[in-house]
Amino acid sequence: MSEPATISSFSLVRLLWFRTLLIFKNPSLHLGILGIFGFLLFYYLSTEAWELPRFEKLPGPVAVLKEWFSPDPMWGISLYTPDYYLHVWASVRRVGIALLIATGLGVPLGLLMGWSKVFKDYTFPILEILRPIPVLAWVPIAILMFSGTETPVIFLATLASFYVTVLNTLLGVESINPAYLRAAACLGSKRRHLFWHVILPGALPFIFTGLQISVGVSWFSLVAAEMVSGQYGLGYLVLNSYTSVTYETIVIVMVTLGIIGYANSALVRLLGRQLMQWRVRALAREKRG
Amino acid sequence: MNSAQAGGSLSIRNVSKIYDPEGANIKALHDCSIDIAAGEICMILGPSGCGKTTLLNAVAGFHGISSGEIRLDGTLLCNTAKPQAQQGPDRMVVFQNGALFPWKTLLNNVAYGPIVQQRLSPKEARAKALDMLGEAGLADVAHKYPGEVSSGMARRAEIVRALINDPKILLLDEPYRAMDALTKAIMHENLLRIYDLKPVTIFFITHDLEEAIFLGQRVVIMTTRPATTKEIIEIDLPYPRDHRVLSSEAFRLLVTQVKASVHAEAKKAFAAGEKERA
Repeated sequence: MSEPATISSFSLVRLLWFRTLLIFKNPSLHLGILGIFGFLLFYYLSTEAWELPRFEKLPGPVAVLKEWFSPDPMWGISLYTPDYYLHVWASVRRVGIALLIATGLGVPLGLLMGWSKVFKDYTFPILEILRPIPVLAWVPIAILMFSGTETPVIFLATLASFYVTVLNTLLGVESINPAYLRAAACLGSKRRHLFWHVILPGALPFIFTGLQISVGVSWFSLVAAEMVSGQYGLGYLVLNSYTSVTYETIVIVMVTLGIIGYANSALVRLLGRQLMQWRVRALAREKRG
Repeated sequence: MNSAQAGGSLSIRNVSKIYDPEGANIKALHDCSIDIAAGEICMILGPSGCGKTTLLNAVAGFHGISSGEIRLDGTLLCNTAKPQAQQGPDRMVVFQNGALFPWKTLLNNVAYGPIVQQRLSPKEARAKALDMLGEAGLADVAHKYPGEVSSGMARRAEIVRALINDPKILLLDEPYRAMDALTKAIMHENLLRIYDLKPVTIFFITHDLEEAIFLGQRVVIMTTRPATTKEIIEIDLPYPRDHRVLSSEAFRLLVTQVKASVHAEAKKAFAAGEKERA
């Protein structure tokens, strides 16, 4: 981006065209697509073509795609049915709320723990004891504590993300080069300046790594929670399809979860890049050599 | 620009420092005394890991001393009773591996000090920062992040970030350590040029003896750990100095003289096998 001489000789349109071509010329894109097709081929061959042992009961890709894109699906769930979107929306909404709570509480808590030794001494041991408790072990407590079906599910989806966020934020603060803190002290910073100008931006790379993981565990625990309680949502739909023996729907939901999860992570990465331009640019320079 | 600039004499009297992590009882400094006049470029030369940085950290207030006394313009910074000096913008440190905030542009790095000290409004601070970066030949990269510019430029910006606060004394801790000889030479000339524009007391730590002689008015040679002043050599080469000084006869004589003194210490440090502090 910092070669103005080359860029000025291009027109904007040509530049865009050049960049688009670059994306399509990128070998990792080709290899990625090849990988996906390879997987689909294996899936097709093992289920529908050869019906290998262990695979013969599974719905094959052709059957799943037919169901998924059918305006009149055999089992009631496809891209054309409003029910599909109701389930997707229910889950997306829950994860969205869960991530907001986990990040909103986890980041400040982690920053505080990294910032104040006393606060860390109070909070760290109890956090470390609570953290290994599996989300599913919380299900009874969640149902006892919160009324309805919605709040317990959100609570469970929040829990694991919260731990991940706190720990990564704390790690981020502790990873800050002490020279930056000394330099800031030299320059006449008060404690609040240190917090906003050194600790928060310094921890940001780790915070975003934490958010990436947090997105994953949030979906993971959401689906588990929805299987236990709930009347809508993709996790509920998986379990429901299993009990009503509609296996195509299960695969549709699994693929949907994969795609949404991927998009969710990509969104977090994009946000991270926006907030950490300094890092993106420094890395770009390193790559150029 | 500021009346505070006029001062800057540093007096280090009988300073000792013992580190005692888990009873290791490491004596880093022993009865170390140096007097630096206001506006002097004083080079502290000694083998790696000898305790030079310990001395600098004590002046800056990053850690305490065990005994002795350090004064800046006659005002007490620290002594046996009050071991750790208060950190402040009258003593600006330029760090060994660079400590520009990577998340701020060079401009915002330089403007940061006056803003948090509330000496200038953010707008004024940025205007002044841009001016000073321009004087240092960094106007074109003022809006870049430290990770985007060369280490030479980053180090120059860091010196500007220090000088914008009108410090009484500039504490440099082997700032050009990781640079190749050619870049180093350019950095040296640049530092002397900045010094001409804005004379400030310079306390410069190095283990590179040619660097010490080229830049300094005096070279203080330190012994290996526990560090104490071994010898003080006056460098009577005329300023302004440029790279031609390096090939002069007077320079070579000084190198020989300093080398004889430092080499013995380097050998002792090597034999002791002290781990270098990065």
